[in-house]
Amino acid sequence: MPALEELTAAYDQVKNDDNFQKELHLLLKDYVGRPSPLYFAAGLTQHCGGARIYLKREDLNHTGAHKINNTIGQGLLAKRMGKKRIIAETGAGQHGVATATAAALFGLACVIYMGEEDMRRQALNVVRMRLLGAEVVPVRAGSRTLKDAMNEAIRDWVTNVDDTYYLIGSVAGPHPYPTMVRDFQAVIGSEAKMQLLEIEGRLPDYVVACVGGGSNAMGIFYPFLKDRQVRLVGVEAAGKGLETREHAATLNRGRPGVLHGSFSYLLQDADGQVAPVHSVSAGLDYPGVGPEHSYLKDCGRATYTAVTDREALEAFELLGRTEGILPALESAHAVAEAVRIASSLPGEQIVLVNLSGRGDKDVETVARLFEEGNDESH
Amino acid sequence: MNRISERFDTLRSQGETALITYLTAGDPTLADTPDLVLAMEEGGADLIELGVPFSDPMADGPVIQAASQRALKAGANVRAILDIVYRLRTRTEIPIILMSYFNPLLQYGLRAFTGDAARAGVDGVIVPDLPLEESGILRELADANGIALIPLVAPTSPPDRIGAIAREARGFIYCVTVKGITGPRAEMPANLQYLTSMVRRSTDLPVALGFGVSGPRQAAQLRDLADGVVVGSALVKFVAEKGMENIKQFITFVKELKNALGKG
Repeated sequence: MPALEELTAAYDQVKNDDNFQKELHLLLKDYVGRPSPLYFAAGLTQHCGGARIYLKREDLNHTGAHKINNTIGQGLLAKRMGKKRIIAETGAGQHGVATATAAALFGLACVIYMGEEDMRRQALNVVRMRLLGAEVVPVRAGSRTLKDAMNEAIRDWVTNVDDTYYLIGSVAGPHPYPTMVRDFQAVIGSEAKMQLLEIEGRLPDYVVACVGGGSNAMGIFYPFLKDRQVRLVGVEAAGKGLETREHAATLNRGRPGVLHGSFSYLLQDADGQVAPVHSVSAGLDYPGVGPEHSYLKDCGRATYTAVTDREALEAFELLGRTEGILPALESAHAVAEAVRIASSLPGEQIVLVNLSGRGDKDVETVARLFEEGNDESH
Repeated sequence: MNRISERFDTLRSQGETALITYLTAGDPTLADTPDLVLAMEEGGADLIELGVPFSDPMADGPVIQAASQRALKAGANVRAILDIVYRLRTRTEIPIILMSYFNPLLQYGLRAFTGDAARAGVDGVIVPDLPLEESGILRELADANGIALIPLVAPTSPPDRIGAIAREARGFIYCVTVKGITGPRAEMPANLQYLTSMVRRSTDLPVALGFGVSGPRQAAQLRDLADGVVVGSALVKFVAEKGMENIKQFITFVKELKNALGKG
């Protein structure tokens, strides 16, 4: 708790500090490459034959995903706080890569905790983190995925709290992380809003984003919260189907509970033990979800749907063929839902999709899955 | 008066430091838990801490993580553990404290839990992931049922926070000796006196030290600093390595720990 109080105080200070915000803005512009483009997906729109689809191209950021917005923000904060060492958990490895990148940029030591199962699924990202100077520690406890990596990072933090900054990658975990990470990611929604107003002269009808912990979704939703006419749709991982036990659709199938210091929807059994989760995408493979998403669900401001592994893979291929863009498997969930929504709407409506990351890291996984799929059909 | 304070009062009048022993309920099996509790008492344990296993034990090191996994596989849950305590109460009056992460209690229902725990004969509860700021509801329900909500104090806690925690404490204050998680360590940190004296400034409740006590030598180092010393992972590890068939050796180990805490 004292560590969280120290962090809250430090964050409250930089939130309104012009120098900090200026430095952050400059790094986002020159180092990350912001603003990321807003791209009208003509090919995908034509394929759907309905609403116009716009892609917010977070996949074009340095390191290939939205995660860098947050790690640059928190990295800068860590430096301000005088910390010498950054630790983080990672699922798909995108947050780990983004953290290792920020640590290298700011000259801080870096340790990344990653589930052993995820290290296997995302071997390329493990190499990237090591090349960036980070130590990647395999986590062999529990389900060997994101939540276990988070447990291990928390254990490290309480042990080395004096000189160590814990850089959480999602809008989950204890306060102040959910609000702080949201604030650092809100640049996605603010930019998209301005860009769309410039191109179309109006707001979108739908904003669609995938939800694991929920940081890219919170980032694009937040600036639209007060625009009541804009429908916000979060897309969870239905894995092998919501009717099976192999999914990660926390808001669709969970009950309120406490994990990692926040009270939010949680996939759990009757005894309150955290349930094993599954998704083809390691970044959505988390049994909890950011508490603000739980709030948006309960008050009805956002709706949360789910897309299966198979549908996500189809969307992965579809975006490649229609637009020449391979999305991250996480983002492919949002694309699949956007296709569903756009197809049912008239042409004057607008669907804004957060393309939160690029798919290079997933090519091997996808190749393997196609092979397995072919084997099954023989 | 609660069994916890009675026990500390008795020990204090005899100039002894309490030995508080931990085991994860259901490890290795639910049937072994009563035997292990009684073995601990035979060895000289003064209070028993019974861990409720959780899938994500963030405050625990590898030894208790593994024990939690075994216990979950063995079917341990809050209801089964309360049943064990209820049946143990015909055989022992030793104070029993449940140590549980918050979610299993929340899902059981805090009101139902405190009521059922009191009826089963539980004397206290420790919730490592429940900070002071969020603990009001559970403390009120625990108070109403005569169960002590025992807080943890970390060496990183600033003085005003230690004071606030101590003022809301029931039963005793559990001071964590080290920065970090549970698990045996070879050496105890040097500045523990500072932590315990900070706590004593705000409360007359007994003070216990725990985390990292791996054997009689470490226990002896803590004897004069606290009213009680908690030994957890070292005992869990002992049972995991030697098995239930060597329970006599286990009792001897508990005796050695207790002797290390005896009058100096």
